[in-house]
Amino acid sequence: MNDEKQVGKPPLSKERRQQARRRVLRTLLLSGGVLGAAVSGYLPVVYARKARLRPPGALDEKDFLASCIKCGQCVQVCPVAAIKLADLVDGFGVGAPYIDARAQACDFSCDAVQCILACPTGSLTYDKPDFLPVRPGAQLAAKPVFIPKQNDPEPTLNLKERMGVARLTRPGTCLALQGKGFKGQARGPEFEGMMRYMAVDRWKPIPIRDHPYDVEECDLCVRECPIKGAISIELVYMPNGTQRKSPVVHEPCVGCGVCEMICPVEPTAIEIVAREVWRS
Amino acid sequence: MTTPLQQRFVDQILVMLGKAPRKPRQAGDFTERALKAHELKRMTNKTDLAAVRAAHRANERNHKWRNRRWATLICANLLFVVSFYFDIKILEGALTASRFIGFHLIDLNSALQVMLAHKHITTNLLIGAGTVLVLWMLVGGRSFCSWICPYHLLAEWAENIHLWLVKKKLVTDTPIDRRLRTVFWIVFALLAVVTGYTVYESISPTGIVSRALIYGSGLLAMVWVLALLVFEVFFVRRAWCRHACPIGLTYGIVGIVTPLRVKYTLAGCFHEGDCRKVCLVPHVLDTVIKGRAVDTEVPIGPDCTRCGLCVDVCPTGSLKFDVKGLSGLA
Repeated sequence: MNDEKQVGKPPLSKERRQQARRRVLRTLLLSGGVLGAAVSGYLPVVYARKARLRPPGALDEKDFLASCIKCGQCVQVCPVAAIKLADLVDGFGVGAPYIDARAQACDFSCDAVQCILACPTGSLTYDKPDFLPVRPGAQLAAKPVFIPKQNDPEPTLNLKERMGVARLTRPGTCLALQGKGFKGQARGPEFEGMMRYMAVDRWKPIPIRDHPYDVEECDLCVRECPIKGAISIELVYMPNGTQRKSPVVHEPCVGCGVCEMICPVEPTAIEIVAREVWRS
Repeated sequence: MTTPLQQRFVDQILVMLGKAPRKPRQAGDFTERALKAHELKRMTNKTDLAAVRAAHRANERNHKWRNRRWATLICANLLFVVSFYFDIKILEGALTASRFIGFHLIDLNSALQVMLAHKHITTNLLIGAGTVLVLWMLVGGRSFCSWICPYHLLAEWAENIHLWLVKKKLVTDTPIDRRLRTVFWIVFALLAVVTGYTVYESISPTGIVSRALIYGSGLLAMVWVLALLVFEVFFVRRAWCRHACPIGLTYGIVGIVTPLRVKYTLAGCFHEGDCRKVCLVPHVLDTVIKGRAVDTEVPIGPDCTRCGLCVDVCPTGSLKFDVKGLSGLA
């Protein structure tokens, strides 16, 4: 309180000295704690153990984390609540948005990639500023044609780079490859994921459990893919020479994750590799 | 020749950065009328001191401004929550950046961090930060802290626990070096530039609490906030808001030019110092100490959060909210 009185008076009482020591110690404790906590943000970044799938239009990871202001406005506009905000384990990504496609993929049911529109800092952007490089293969060859809007005058999504690429990571479990069909709720009665089915309601996404399937040969990933020409069922030759049907991912894939969400086997046979580029 | 108030204006900016307040010593440090007032005060007799003390005690339960402030703070944060929860789109986003019926609002410190880390400024970022800058220039800089910041409210409650523990002599109340906040501000600005990450945002209790309230996300990050509160309860009173938070300094700098502030009137003051005891930033209230006021009316400096606790506690009305240039109209 009245420490200013003591300035420049060398013979300090024992109590004063103790107070001064305590003051220095507590200053150091707070500085150390705050800086330690701040720099601990580096741990997950340095070890980068998990590549998060970012919302559409996200800048490359480093630029994304630099520019994201962590306000969650992208979370607020998403009609299927696909976007989540990360926690402390994501280091400098705490509060930054990501998509867990298996739990809730982005099905573009907002029709216009509204999360990009909501972003105030250009972390999610329709047009990447010139000084930021585009990784080879990240750029889409053409604007993606959005199947629900394919008969509209403007059938494309305003998206120039992909979020990732779908990959059949567990072909052994894929029902199509086994020649099996699928009947029932794609992800069971407990699953809370939503999707917009054009045939059911043009404007409102519904829970996937309310839309059961009955298919002779499983093609859910192809059937529900919202991007034209991104995935198809093709005849492929197995190593032993037999011919099977398999989902095959093509260049237009934007990495939205609908195939990963809808895949009825557990764990999913097809997955999004986040921030992956197209390699022909 | 600078007037005593001009000298104090500059001194209070340095005080905000961590300097100890300058004690006016010679006659030249005071205005004529202030010297006269101090002289007159020396001649008042002390017999009515008992009455003064009684007035102070009677005023202990006056919480007018605190209640208004808590209501504002809770409403502002609740508006964020209900805007998202009920999808009514009034105030979308969180405290770091939001849209008020479509208009961008961006927290100044967050905007600064993003600009320094990303080295690129989008139009929306500029518009949002510009709007907030103008808004807070009008309504008083650090008033953001006490009237809006959700961490401030948590810390205020923690402070009450701390003060109770101090009264019971279970903990000691040792302030820490106030220059720390300026150091933090510079360190975090540099870290943003050098690392290219918004390093401060990852530990900002304002952002963490705001997002936790609105989205229910980042509950693990709340552990850090809890650790800060524990530190404040057991070690240093209001450590974060007083000694560490760079957001406070950013808004403090805005508050240098703001017309809304608390004004001190020397005439009726009994120099009991109750205001300094409740104040988050008592170094701005050095002027109420007997013999320190350089003029008969002294505006309180930019580090003041305009929380109004001193206005509530003052039984003589010597501390009042005031808008520069409008006092003649009232």
